[in-house]
Amino acid sequence: MDVRAQLSMVFHLDKCIGCHTCSLACNNLWTSREGTEYMWWNNVETKPGTGYPTLWEDQGKYQGGWMLKGNSLTPRVGRRLGLLTNIFYNPYLPSLDDYYEPWTYQYQHLFNAPLGEDQPTAKPLSQITGRYLDIEAGPNWDDDLSGSSVYARNDVNLAELTPLERESLFRLEQMVFFYIPRICNHCLNPACLAVCPSGAIYKRGEDGIVLVSQEKCRGWRFCVSGCPYKKTYYNWKTGKAEKCILCYPRLETGQAPACFHTCVGRIRYLGVILYDAERIEATAKVPDNDLVAAQLGLILDPGDAAVVAAARRNGIGDDWIAAAQRSPVYKFVKEWGLALPLHAEFRTLPMLFYVPPLLPVIASMRDGSYDLAEAEFFGRVESARVPLKYMARLFSAGNTETIKRVIRKLLAVRVYQRAKAVGDIAEERVAAMMAEADCTAEQAEQIARLTSVPRFDDRFAIPPYHREETIEQIEQLMRHKGHVGFDFNLPLERGL
Amino acid sequence: MVDLFLFGIFPYVAVVIAVGGSIWRYVRNQFTYSSLSSQFLEGRQLFWGSVPWHYGIIAVLVGHLIGVFFPAGVKAFNSVPVRLYILEGTALAMGLLLLVGLVILVVRRSTNPRVRMVTTPMDMVLLALLLITVVAGIGVAIFYRWGSAWFVTTATPYIWSLVKLSPDLKYVASLPVLAKIHAVAALVLIAVFPFTRLVHIVSIPFAYLWRPYQIVMWHRRQVQ
Ligand code: HEM
Ligand code: SF4
Ligand code: SF4
Repeated sequence: MDVRAQLSMVFHLDKCIGCHTCSLACNNLWTSREGTEYMWWNNVETKPGTGYPTLWEDQGKYQGGWMLKGNSLTPRVGRRLGLLTNIFYNPYLPSLDDYYEPWTYQYQHLFNAPLGEDQPTAKPLSQITGRYLDIEAGPNWDDDLSGSSVYARNDVNLAELTPLERESLFRLEQMVFFYIPRICNHCLNPACLAVCPSGAIYKRGEDGIVLVSQEKCRGWRFCVSGCPYKKTYYNWKTGKAEKCILCYPRLETGQAPACFHTCVGRIRYLGVILYDAERIEATAKVPDNDLVAAQLGLILDPGDAAVVAAARRNGIGDDWIAAAQRSPVYKFVKEWGLALPLHAEFRTLPMLFYVPPLLPVIASMRDGSYDLAEAEFFGRVESARVPLKYMARLFSAGNTETIKRVIRKLLAVRVYQRAKAVGDIAEERVAAMMAEADCTAEQAEQIARLTSVPRFDDRFAIPPYHREETIEQIEQLMRHKGHVGFDFNLPLERGL
Repeated sequence: MVDLFLFGIFPYVAVVIAVGGSIWRYVRNQFTYSSLSSQFLEGRQLFWGSVPWHYGIIAVLVGHLIGVFFPAGVKAFNSVPVRLYILEGTALAMGLLLLVGLVILVVRRSTNPRVRMVTTPMDMVLLALLLITVVAGIGVAIFYRWGSAWFVTTATPYIWSLVKLSPDLKYVASLPVLAKIHAVAALVLIAVFPFTRLVHIVSIPFAYLWRPYQIVMWHRRQVQ
């Protein structure tokens, strides 16, 4: 057992209101420079939909993630030599147009326009070329299902649904959608890292954050193809790759990452988990159907004495072990089994977990109106409005049993709370659902609390980083005086 | 006199600038070392330019190096006419291939509005220098036949005389003007190397062929 610590995350999708505050917080902090305008390290997508960059989940197109052939696991973009022969032109690189051409408006014209008959307008200008731009797409062009015939209908996760199932999803009165906020998953088996020819990307041992060394990056731009989530971006101005840094400068000073801190729906949880690094490769090779279970199996019980001892042996401090023991992520993912990784079949072992949304799932429809004939306040899992197959494609590598189990439990907690608060659901019915979901009353109370009324410190169990000690041990302190974040002494200017 | 400067002194100046400049740039600001790929902004033309250009230039450069390091081998190989024709034909084909690629790259850089936003004056200087070198080189190949044969009896001993720090100009004195232009342009390229995007050539990621897929870095422990 090789125990390591990882800063891990849970997003509770039922709580996301799709307000994009998270995206803006991140953008204000990190990506409002030239070359990064188009980057949204945090973005929020409507599902069904094709997302950002468009069709990112289609690995036939972008060749992201890992490919399992027999017992060999290789990046899809290519084996080592094969990859290097594509270095002069990477055939799988998304282009600016797969994201969108960033723009601003000609605001000055509002002030400078000559006197005339009509109100002056502020025409859009490309932030790349500075020319007038006909805006044809944006990072959230399909927000709330707009343009669904172009976007939502092309969602690759719909592939396995029958034509009838698909049709019913898009009938006007029955339209259904939910949001998925996405950031870098800070994976255990990152493909962005594996395909980097310069070895510029690395995973931090202490907390598992995946970073790109701006000094070592040579702009070979393979990480952009390698990441199946399209969460590494190419800075077209500096010729370097950039990605979500999980706000490590904030974490190291005890603050939650900006997107977590500002989240209006308070859907985000962050905490340490302990995992067994020895089994990473073996886990990434498990067949699709058991992949999620295997990945969750990597996560160790921080309360187990043997795990604690092994963690100490690996130099993990007691304060970090304590943080792991009160981690909300451990509770959601392992203790309650409510959170699942997104697209585990990409085999990067993502460390961001999602509590799948319940609302669009349980509301069932008949003849175009809500079906109340089932005589139950909440519908049944089987008559879900969004087919379970679709949810399974997203959250459980296609295994419908796994997603069904989670949804049953979410439903049981909902019914339990409703019975308690309103009292309009029969006790036997509640008991039966709770038993079926394998959920105790005590657990249901805990889940309800952490879901609906968590305080700041319940959502974010940030371990103490002791930056001061670390730096003191390895570097001259005075050299770091006044440094924050990316510490560069020269302006970050593009090479000649 | 001009020859003495161009072929007796300038080569040393160029190499010193290239080596010193690259080290200085690397130490001072590694951040500026990058391929500065512009594929993200424009892909189609880049494919038709970059791929032929790179495969061609690498083949031709390797050809030059073989001529410098294994002159006897090249002579022996060329002693059978058929082999000489094949070698010359291949070299010329590679030259034309890289010329086509280079022209496409130049056109792309000068016309595509997005790519122009990431084009520095140095990029254009570099492309112009490359174009001069390449056109002169291909001219030599066409007008002064069997270059692969006479290269090893003129350029090779000349380059070795440079290495031995006693430049012997008699080898270059009688070269045609076109060949001299080619050689001088190449020397200028060496001199400007550290001040252009050409530094991406010293970043060829060979280590990728054997490094482990995953890299974990520790603050306290050394790299695992
Ligand atoms: C194996 C060695 C080399 C590698 C891996 C390499 C790789 C690259 C890459 C990735 C690009 C960026 C293409 C893009 O925009 O996406 C590039 C551009 C370029 N390379 Fe190389 N290269 C190599 C050797 C050379 C050599 C030997 C030369 C010339 C002597 C050269 C000249 C150039 C030039 C001029 C460009 C800019 C093209 C433009 O105008 O966009 N490269 N190279
Ligand atoms: S989500 Fe993508 S960028 Fe982030 S660690 Fe995983 S593979 Fe790398
Ligand atoms: S801030 Fe929170 S609620 Fe709003 S879109 Fe982002 S994740 Fe959803």
